[in-house]
Amino acid sequence: MKFTNNNLPDLGRRKAIRLVGMGAAVGMGALASGSSSLATPNMGNVSLADQVGSFFQDHYKRMSPEEIQEAIERLERKYKSKYQVEVKVGDPKPLPDVLFGYALNISKCQGYRECVKGCTAENNQSKDPNLEYIRVLEMDRGQMNLETADPYYPSTEEVPKPGKFYLPIQCHHCENPPCVKACPVKATWKEPDGIVVIDYNWCIGCRMCANACPYWARKFNWTEPNLPVDTVNTQTGYLSNRPREKGVMEKCTFCAQRSREGRMPACQEACPTGARVFGNLLDPDSEIRYVLENKNVFRLKEELNTEPKFWYYSD
Amino acid sequence: MKLIRFFIDCAKVSLSGNTAYWAWVSVLLFFISMGGFTYLEQMRVGLVITGMSDQVSWGFYVSNFTFLVGVAAAAVMLVIPAYIFHNPDAKRVVLLGEGLAVAASLMCMLFVSVDLGRPDRIWHLSPWPGMFNWPSSLLTWDVIVLSGYLGLNLAIPGYILYNRYQGTEYNKKLVFGAAVLSMFWAISIHTVTAFLFASNSARPFWASALVAPRFLATAFCAGPAFIILAFSVMHKVQAFQIGHKVIDLLSVIVAVSMQINLIMLAAELFVEFYAEGQHSASARYLFLGLDGKSALVPWIWSAQALNVGALILLMIEKTRKNYYFLALACVMAVIGIWIEKGMGFVIPGFIPTPLGEVFEYMPTWMEVKVALGVYGIGALVFTLMMKPLRAIQLGLLANPNLDLVAAKQLYEQREREALEQRIRGYETKIDP
Repeated sequence: MKFTNNNLPDLGRRKAIRLVGMGAAVGMGALASGSSSLATPNMGNVSLADQVGSFFQDHYKRMSPEEIQEAIERLERKYKSKYQVEVKVGDPKPLPDVLFGYALNISKCQGYRECVKGCTAENNQSKDPNLEYIRVLEMDRGQMNLETADPYYPSTEEVPKPGKFYLPIQCHHCENPPCVKACPVKATWKEPDGIVVIDYNWCIGCRMCANACPYWARKFNWTEPNLPVDTVNTQTGYLSNRPREKGVMEKCTFCAQRSREGRMPACQEACPTGARVFGNLLDPDSEIRYVLENKNVFRLKEELNTEPKFWYYSD
Repeated sequence: MKLIRFFIDCAKVSLSGNTAYWAWVSVLLFFISMGGFTYLEQMRVGLVITGMSDQVSWGFYVSNFTFLVGVAAAAVMLVIPAYIFHNPDAKRVVLLGEGLAVAASLMCMLFVSVDLGRPDRIWHLSPWPGMFNWPSSLLTWDVIVLSGYLGLNLAIPGYILYNRYQGTEYNKKLVFGAAVLSMFWAISIHTVTAFLFASNSARPFWASALVAPRFLATAFCAGPAFIILAFSVMHKVQAFQIGHKVIDLLSVIVAVSMQINLIMLAAELFVEFYAEGQHSASARYLFLGLDGKSALVPWIWSAQALNVGALILLMIEKTRKNYYFLALACVMAVIGIWIEKGMGFVIPGFIPTPLGEVFEYMPTWMEVKVALGVYGIGALVFTLMMKPLRAIQLGLLANPNLDLVAAKQLYEQREREALEQRIRGYETKIDP
């Protein structure tokens, strides 16, 4: 037996049969995949230059002001072609001497979930599939066990229900955020004003941050977000509520596009009971400081040492 | 120049074979093509084609990654006896083990890659031109240790084979040093992967100090069991002669590792269930079901039944030495541990969610197809590597006109001489 068969006469035929056989295997595999991916991919009307530009776009913190401006213009062109409306992408910077904090009065919260609606109207989340930053848990009175909570109480139900209280949960903007530690590419970080933000153009979609979060605050775009034109909020911020794309993580940003301009987050404005108190923790005269100094407050899962800047209290 | 010739010669050998060989390659190409086209669909539509959700955000891909890290690490169970203790039987097959480690680490990297939401941005995951959150993020550690391990397992056999191809002797000290390094590196790939989970204090099921040692125990159980099976197949198709001493050595390693694994399982069960707190909810979901949801319960109990069954077969001398029972035990151990540390470990970490929701996960067919494609690539790489490896070991590549039978005889003779020389060496040491 010879080691090579180079000297065999019918090599050409054998080779041909081999190639046909392997080709058939590949073809059958393609059929078995049931994939229609050979159809032309939907690139929208984004120019090649913009596609290349956004592919090679650097991390937010490493871009010069001019590069950020270019990135913003690319995004605005893309949104224009995608949603047929002018979307304004701002880039508000953190204000000096500001550290944002939130407090929520659970004796006032009635479970209306107006905060959820206010949030999704402001922040350009995918609608159907719904992506929501705030989850309101319907809890049994007499305990604090999250596992017996019902987050899916129907919106047709009259609230508050007897024997229940309500616990809204969103990103707690931890001073010691485990998500920031877990991200392998530094696509998420804590800003000087305490807001934990994401660079949606740098996120690789590995979901390490979502696994690290004890408050289940992070939501992933499992497919292209479905944002109907009439639900687009055209006033957006680069690190907050600009429309996202598939395959990236997102979450509450304390409405950085509003709060950094001196306005209240959308959930605070939407709340009809006045249960939500938002403000600057560094300002001794702020309402949030009054709450922290005069009410009995608590935070969720304090044993994990994440130092949330989101407090709960009751009257 | 010579190096390029070496690679060309290797490629030539890889691409030559009989009908059975090409049929096997075609089967693998079928799976690779099926997985590849399904993956294209995933790229187009998004990860929504998988069964994953915000509640269970890692699934089948990461489960297989976790299992395969163990298979990759297990090559060290041949590296230690071969290069450190100079066991001649282990030395004969150590290159196969390292080839398996290469294929397994490659599959690990592929499984992490197909799990990404934005594969187009995978270059962000590098010190340059990307941004590397090292040492803080455990995923960056995994990138380092996995690529390092892949490199080591390519470099050591590559260096040895290149020397044999040239007919030169390799630098024994260099290989010894590299082998010691790869020994610690093998431990590190699995420890780092365990810490990838255990670092999440938000997930009490994973945040346990036992995860890393248990990962090592299951790796040194499933890995060698897998190697025994691979060796048996290669022996059967007469690709390689495998000595029974190596199989004996490996089967004892499987048995001991399985015992350690089961002891740690018992310790975990005691802590979870004696004073069952809220942190035990995931374990309750896994073993008994929670809130009427119990998708993993039959899986985990069949895994434990397979593990215990394998252990019994391996602990009885008669069945362990019987190659049919040994193969059965190895199949049982591999499947048992694939379930236990794959889906049986990754999924319950997510159930219930940190907010107490019980939401189950089931992989979709699309997900399974992509995974089969990844396994196909691993098997193809392993197959293509084994051919030149065998040819070089038998001296066929350096001398293509050599007859196969003559080559085998020459190889045996060389082995015998080396052994005799070693024995003479010991004799002179004992009796100077």
